[in-house]
Amino acid sequence: MTPLIKIRDLHFYRGNKAIFDGVDIDIYQGKVTAIMGPSGTGKTTLLKLIGGQLRPQRGSIVVDGEDVHKLSRKALYALRKRMGMLFQSGALLTDINVFDNVAFPLREHTELPESMIRDLVLMKLQAVGLRNARNMMPAELSGGMARRVALARAMALDPMMIMYDEPFTGQDPISMGTLVNLIRRVNDAMGLTSILVSHDVAETAQIADDIYLLSGGKVIDQGTPEQLQKSGSGWVEQFMQGLPDGPVPFHYPGTEFADDLLAGEEHR
Amino acid sequence: MIDFIRGLGRWGLGTLERLGRATLLLVQILTGLPELMLRFSLVVQQLFYVGVLSVLIILVSGLFVGMVLGLQGYNTLVDFGAEESLGVLVSLSLVRELGPVVSALLFAGRAGSALTAEVGLMKSTEQLSGMEMMAVDPVRRVIAPRFLAGVISMPLLAAIFSAVGVLGAFLVGHGLLGVDGGAFWSQMQAKTDWYDDVLNGVIKSIVFGFVVTWIALFEGYDAVPTSEGVGRSTTRTVVHSAFAILGLDFVLTALMFGE
Repeated sequence: MTPLIKIRDLHFYRGNKAIFDGVDIDIYQGKVTAIMGPSGTGKTTLLKLIGGQLRPQRGSIVVDGEDVHKLSRKALYALRKRMGMLFQSGALLTDINVFDNVAFPLREHTELPESMIRDLVLMKLQAVGLRNARNMMPAELSGGMARRVALARAMALDPMMIMYDEPFTGQDPISMGTLVNLIRRVNDAMGLTSILVSHDVAETAQIADDIYLLSGGKVIDQGTPEQLQKSGSGWVEQFMQGLPDGPVPFHYPGTEFADDLLAGEEHR
Repeated sequence: MIDFIRGLGRWGLGTLERLGRATLLLVQILTGLPELMLRFSLVVQQLFYVGVLSVLIILVSGLFVGMVLGLQGYNTLVDFGAEESLGVLVSLSLVRELGPVVSALLFAGRAGSALTAEVGLMKSTEQLSGMEMMAVDPVRRVIAPRFLAGVISMPLLAAIFSAVGVLGAFLVGHGLLGVDGGAFWSQMQAKTDWYDDVLNGVIKSIVFGFVVTWIALFEGYDAVPTSEGVGRSTTRTVVHSAFAILGLDFVLTALMFGE
C-alpha cells in the first residue's frame, strides 16, 4: 500500500537552527496519523510544509503523487482545495458569521447556486453539531465551538485529508471529548485521511492509528499507540507518561547550579 | 565605531529588503486587479469602509480649514483692498495644495491606520494563512480590493474636502466679513483653471491615495504577528504616510507648477 503522504529526508532550518534534520514519515489513506512531540519541535511547521506554505531546504513531500514543492502555483492551489486544515485558533474570518465562514470556500471555488450552498453548509454544520449556531459571529463562540466551525469549513469542499493543528489545546473536558470523538467520526464517515498534531498524549492515543514522535528534528519513535506505550526507550516513556524528569532534563542545560552560586557578582 | 557602521549597514539592508517586499506585494496586487473587476462587489464593500466612513472627518476638517483660510486671507487681502479676491485665494490654495495634502493626511490617520490594523490582525489570527490553505490567495481576496478602494476614494475625498472648504470660506467671507458674494464666486470661476489647477490637484490626490494605501496594506501584511508588532506597524503607517505625502507633494508641485 503506497502512502497518501510520503515525506523523505526532510530538512528545514530557521536561521541556523535545524527544525527538521532528516525526517521520514508515511501517512496512509484512511488512517488518523498523529505527530507528537514536545513544544517547539516544529509540529505546526510540518503541517505548513505539507500545505506548501513553507519550503524545505532539502527533501521532498509527496502528497497523492504530487511533489508539493515542485508544483506551479496553480497546481499547488488545486492541491490545497483537496486538503483541509484546522488551525489552532480556528482562523475563522472574524467579520462574517458562522454560516458565511463555512460557505466561504464554496463561494470562492464553486459556482453553486445559493440554495445549494445553504444545504451544504447546513449539512456540514449539522455534522459538527452547530447548525443552530449559524448566525453567531466568531467572537461569540467558545474556543471549542470555533474549532468545530473551522472543522465544518475544512470539510466544506470534501477534501481527501484534514490536518489538525493542536486541536485539543486549552479545551475543557467536554469540548475536548467532543473534538476527539468528532475527529475520529469525521475521518471514518467521510473516508478521509487525518493528520493530527498534538502533545495531548491520552486524547491522541485514543483515536490515532499511527503515532510519530518527533524531537530534536528527528523521528524518535513510531508505531501504534500500544507499541509506543510498551516502548523500551526512556525518552518515549517519559513523553508518553508525562514524567517531569528523565532523558529530557527538568533544567535548561547550562552551567551547574553550584558553580553559578559560587561565581559571585561579576558573572550574572 | 565598527558597531556603528555595522548597524548602519544592517539598517540599510533591512530597509532595502522591506522596499523589495513592498514592491513585490504591489506587483501581486496589480496583477490581481483585472480578476478583481469580475468581482467588483468586494471593492464596493471596501469603498464603504475606506471611503464612506472617512467622509465625516473630511467634511468637518474641510469646513474648518476653509473657514480659517477665509479669515486669514481676508485679513491680508483687505490691506490691499483686494478682499474680493478671497474666492480665488481660497480655491487655489484648496484645490492645488490643501485639499489633496490635508485630506491625504487625514485619510492616512483614519483609513490607513485602520487598514494596517485590520490586515495585521488578520495575519496574527492566522486568517490569511487559513485563506491560503483554502486555496484562496489573500493578496487577491483581501489586499487588492482594499487597495483599489483606497485609490478610488482618495481623489473623491479630496474633492469633497476642497468643495466644503470653499463653502466654509464663503460662509466666513460673505456672511461674517461682508465680502461681496458675486465677486467671490465670479473671480474664483475666472481664475481657477480646470486643467492647471483642478486636474493637477486630482492627480496629486490619486498619487497620495496610491501611496498611502500601499504603505498601509504593506505594513499590515508585513506586520510581526503579535499585538506589539501590529501596534508598531500601525504607527509606522501613519508616520511613513505623512512623510511620503509631504515629500511627494513637493516633488509633484515642482513638476506641475515649477515654471
